Amino acid sequence: MKKSLQQRLAILSDAAKYDASCASSGTVKRDSARTGGLGSTEGAGICHAYAPDGRCISLLKILLTNFCIFDCAYCINRSSSNVERARFTPEEVVWLTLEFYRRNYIEGLFLSSGIIRSPDHTMGEMVRVARDLRTVHGFRGYIHLKSIPDAAPELIEEAGLYADRLSLNIELPTDAGLGRFAPEKRPEGIRRAMGELRRKIEAADDPTLQTKRRKRFVPGGQSTQMIVGADGADDATILKTSARLYSGYGLKRVYYSAFSPIPDASRALPLIKPPLVREHRLYQADWLYRFYGFGVEEITGATGGMLDLDMDPKLAWALANRQDFPVDVNRAERERLLRVPGLGTKTVTSILSSRRFRRLRLEDLARLGVSLRKVRAFIEAEGWVPLRLADRADLKALFAPKPEQLSLL
Amino acid sequence: MQTIPLSGRGDFSEWRDAARALAAAGISPRMVDWRIRGLGDELFAADALPDLPKPDESAPPLTVPPAFLSLAEAVVCHTEPGRFHLLYRLLWRLQSDRHLLELDSDPDVAWARLLAKNVKRDGHKMTAFVRFKEIAGQMNGRRRFFAWFEPSHFVVARTAPFFRGRFADMDWIIATPNGTASWDGERLNFDARPGENPGHGDPTDDLWRTYYASIFNPARLKLKAMQAEMPKKYWRNLPEADLIPGMIANAEANVRAMAEQAAKDPPLFHYRLQETAQAMPRIEPLGAGTIEALREEARGCTRCPLHCMATQTVFGEGPQSAPLMMVGEQPGDQEDLAGRPFVGPTGKVFDAALKEAGLARDAVYLTNAVKHFKYEPRGKRRIHEKPNKGEIDHCRWWLAKEVDLIKPRLVVSLGATALYALSGERKPLDQMRGKTLTMQGNIVLYPTIHPSYLLRVPDGAERRYQQARFVEDIRHVRQLVERLEAL
Repeated sequence: MKKSLQQRLAILSDAAKYDASCASSGTVKRDSARTGGLGSTEGAGICHAYAPDGRCISLLKILLTNFCIFDCAYCINRSSSNVERARFTPEEVVWLTLEFYRRNYIEGLFLSSGIIRSPDHTMGEMVRVARDLRTVHGFRGYIHLKSIPDAAPELIEEAGLYADRLSLNIELPTDAGLGRFAPEKRPEGIRRAMGELRRKIEAADDPTLQTKRRKRFVPGGQSTQMIVGADGADDATILKTSARLYSGYGLKRVYYSAFSPIPDASRALPLIKPPLVREHRLYQADWLYRFYGFGVEEITGATGGMLDLDMDPKLAWALANRQDFPVDVNRAERERLLRVPGLGTKTVTSILSSRRFRRLRLEDLARLGVSLRKVRAFIEAEGWVPLRLADRADLKALFAPKPEQLSLL
Repeated sequence: MQTIPLSGRGDFSEWRDAARALAAAGISPRMVDWRIRGLGDELFAADALPDLPKPDESAPPLTVPPAFLSLAEAVVCHTEPGRFHLLYRLLWRLQSDRHLLELDSDPDVAWARLLAKNVKRDGHKMTAFVRFKEIAGQMNGRRRFFAWFEPSHFVVARTAPFFRGRFADMDWIIATPNGTASWDGERLNFDARPGENPGHGDPTDDLWRTYYASIFNPARLKLKAMQAEMPKKYWRNLPEADLIPGMIANAEANVRAMAEQAAKDPPLFHYRLQETAQAMPRIEPLGAGTIEALREEARGCTRCPLHCMATQTVFGEGPQSAPLMMVGEQPGDQEDLAGRPFVGPTGKVFDAALKEAGLARDAVYLTNAVKHFKYEPRGKRRIHEKPNKGEIDHCRWWLAKEVDLIKPRLVVSLGATALYALSGERKPLDQMRGKTLTMQGNIVLYPTIHPSYLLRVPDGAERRYQQARFVEDIRHVRQLVERLEAL
């Protein structure tokens, strides 16, 4: 018997929940006030709901189908999995997106798919959804398409005209890991597709000779996802791979998805609760690389390839480099302030702006929203000099979390 | 003491008119008592705005930085009773201290920023958590929707333009205890009177609840993170919120069930797929001993670890019968993406030099000593790194095969790396440039610089000189090939 729309929605959103990204940010600002259609994007995304797993729900994140000809060990939709299968027609996805959007449940659509028949066929169906939304229904909300690795370049090109963001998951940090767990995927094919997309984005961004207007092509850029904890790769390897992806393909984001146990899992994989803290530390390290001027070696160098789970990587770095502290908040340059644990990019900007008019005391920093408990050991301020850090053997203990009982699973 | 009663529903212009008059009359913040008038309450009807004092003509005109206006517009929408007073104090202090707002650590500024932040957050939550319910029946061919929302501050009028920009093609009403905004396709209306909640339902809510329950991963409970972003005060009007307790309660059991569920045998179609894949006809190998076959083979090269870092193998290109072969160092950023040699900035310099020397690029077989891009990632860029001896030695295998197949009369090495790869010579390039050597198979080797060197010479006379010298080298190469071919 054919499954109802609601049953299929349950199956195909369940299948999509292992994709970490639900972001609707980074694209151009637009609305439908003048065009009279439906939808707008704000540049920054809007999270319309949060699930009890702490993750936001911004987009309708579903699969077109969870049938798949590939057999990737870490994936719930692999061909050897006994998961219940279903598929949507492109029209159904379009209808769901528009009706959900009208009720303000979502910011738009994140469409992914298992590969059926061929990569080109699957990609073609996904492009059809995006094209219908844009051209038939005047939809101006966010669209994120997961490109299919070996789809024809013309299809990717067309997808880029309608989608705000395209993504292609690298899945595992090393080629060897991918070879072991996803035998049908070819890492060089994924890299080539990412490189091709970067070239197209850059070409569209060049102003044409006739007008200054740039072509609209994937304005939200491209992103990818890496699974953490399924293979044996350490944090240094993972972060090096991200650094390569950011520098090589201009990715907007690399998402880290802690490997999560799946029902009917492949025997090749560990059945463990996802290492959520590790995932969190990787995001923090990723931020340090992108916004705080840290090199990957600096972040992972002192800890033998794995990030410290008990403290954030910036604090770990600071404790390993005590000679660089304290930093004088009234004199130090931006780059050094950014390296103080507890000072974020916004706070540093506020400090730089405030200190032009007044020397800053600890109370001033507290008003900027800085946690004094975190920073006081690492800074000097007007009327404040910390005890010499190097003399404190218990410094690490001051920041260590309370001991916790181990859980069984 | 001057008492100023304001309506207190986030109306900025009312405060601004009063504040402007008070400040122009030189009345200090200490002398003003800002009151909030009860909305539509007869008891306070007498509290109409009193006659404001006459401005002091001799005082300098009132000025504020533009940043103050947007800050004050937000702060006024807060429910904090002291907000009017705070803003007037800031206005007053700004007259003698123009940079006050840049001082984020000042207590008044910090407080105002905090209030503004609360208001912005509340407005943002409104854009997120309003849930429209469809009202049956269309009006003038337009679908109609209704929403009930309970904001913490006076943000409805502020946030309504967002909904107009988003839901242009439908009629909608958003009612709140702090006023009602509506859109009918032509006009955005706002009514400050408290709205009412008729308690509409919507059949699509069930689909949404299905989605909400299915997208959640029970293996990763993070309740604090959820409640920080979706505080309980909003739950009442979210159709999905009553699912949350059950989802939390069953999470642990669901994960355990997953863990206990042993892997079953794959479904039948898995075996069918595997069989189909096995039965796929093998692609006919390309004619052995051709440059195409070699290129195909090099695509999967894993002789050195560089292949995991680079995007793809950048193999040589050009006619198989070319009498002239030119060898560079390694692909760069652009070459790595395009999969072709000499297409980036260096390629442009190189092309220009070839053209000036009268040599057609497509008559030359162009390749690199190392076929994969070696680099160091730094922020958003990839910094070229010289290949080491081991990498050059591994890649020499491909280079030697290319030389064997092309059988050129003359090989030009561009730069020290190429020279080393082709001849094993590690002398400084200055000493070797322009001195021909003989390779195996009686092939002449002509060393010159790598064109990327020209990009590193600072602009000016020196660069022009070096460019001319490089063109001269190429011209020489051209003559050399003509002579060798005539033999």
